Amino acid sequence: MKSRYASDRGLTARMTGTMFLLGLLYVVFIAVLIAIGLNAGFVLVFAVGLLFAQWYFSDSIALHSMGAREVTPEQAPQLHGIVDRLCAMAEMPKPRVAIADVDMPNAFATGRSPNRSVVCVTTGLLRRLDEQELEGVLSHELSHVAHRDVLVMTIASVAGVAAGFLTRMALWGGVGRRDSNTALVSLAIIAVSVLVYAVSFVLTRMLSRYRELSADRAGALLTGRPTALASALQKVSGDMAAIPTRDLRKAEAFNAFFFAPALAGGKSLAALFATHPPLEQRLEQLAKISTQLGT
Amino acid sequence: MGFFDSLLGRSEPPKPDLDQLFGLPSAAITLQVSLGALPTGAGSVAFRAPEGKAFADVVADVKQLLTATSDPDLEVTHDAFGYTWITVRASEITDVVNALHAINVSIQDAGFGPQLLCSLVGFERDGQRFALVYLYKRGSFYPFAPVTEPQRDSVLELQLRDLLRDDVNMEQDLTRWFPVWGAPGL
Repeated sequence: MKSRYASDRGLTARMTGTMFLLGLLYVVFIAVLIAIGLNAGFVLVFAVGLLFAQWYFSDSIALHSMGAREVTPEQAPQLHGIVDRLCAMAEMPKPRVAIADVDMPNAFATGRSPNRSVVCVTTGLLRRLDEQELEGVLSHELSHVAHRDVLVMTIASVAGVAAGFLTRMALWGGVGRRDSNTALVSLAIIAVSVLVYAVSFVLTRMLSRYRELSADRAGALLTGRPTALASALQKVSGDMAAIPTRDLRKAEAFNAFFFAPALAGGKSLAALFATHPPLEQRLEQLAKISTQLGT
Repeated sequence: MGFFDSLLGRSEPPKPDLDQLFGLPSAAITLQVSLGALPTGAGSVAFRAPEGKAFADVVADVKQLLTATSDPDLEVTHDAFGYTWITVRASEITDVVNALHAINVSIQDAGFGPQLLCSLVGFERDGQRFALVYLYKRGSFYPFAPVTEPQRDSVLELQLRDLLRDDVNMEQDLTRWFPVWGAPGL
């Protein structure tokens, strides 16, 4: 019996490579700090603690800051019906469903585990997309839940967050031994931390883009309708650029978990720092899946 | 989904478990004896038709195969959620189950097993209709007794769960009992 759901080896390999580099960065960072003679333990504990809280309460934090409210099946029968069916197809527990009263068309899924997650759509999305497109977006979000993307991205950002803390502390003169070398050690710590922060930033963004592609892929395979997702992406991306940026800035901090990023930047450098892959790349992948399913 | 599949963002839709469907005839006997409920003679398969010609060919083949070998009454409908339902009508519940199974096997053999959503078989007691819904991916059944949308006869549903526990694998997680309002074959 053949399977039409072959995984994308290239994508898997690139993602593995990125995660390996992030792990390596983490190890090198700690090794360098130890070599400099700094006890980095407290910084790491602090960074891990903060990220743990952010991950553990990710659902409440996201819902609260988006002003989203959870809806019951009676309040939103169509939305719940779609999620029910997708979860039955994917054999995953049903996440809570929420609606944010925001005109920007978008959706996000967050939560500490598939059993404790929430998927949220904005009223702007509900108004603009038809049923098939909405289902495409929800299947993308449910794939994020199934892939535990909140957890993966949180762990991926540990080195970067720790480096960020350390840079600030060193700038304030809070670290280093109190002897003649203090200034030199502080400088070294700042240099290393800034470097680690920069590399980690690029790598986590790269990982985020790969995970978006994975979610597109898994979502398209789940519904069997890659073109519906593609059309939703096109509609949403077109709208995003058309809406004034003033309202969008508020949502910027959540871009990593959104369906489509809320800010359109320039080209090259922006692409390196983007949380989401470019629209053309996502559409291209979906077209490929459509061919794979249809023949 | 395994650890590495999560880590690598590599999930594929799970495969269905078809064999559990054959528990339905014995469940039907239990329902008749203990509740006085009879099968309506209708059953249906719901699946997600993916875009493209490949799957359309599969559905056409299934229809041809079933009408050639036996003569259950077949009907293909599309619901508001974008799923396709094939409704089967036959006088004996075993014929219904066999036809449902044949449809499933054809879809699975064509490589589209993950597209199967659920199957259901309709029952009736004193004018009230209810269904046993089969979840392919979990290999379990749950009862669905609609009153008027969005109301369900939860008492009857829980009663059915306890009654049929020995005949078929009943879904224990109540959050999986999603309503299928207006499903064909109900």
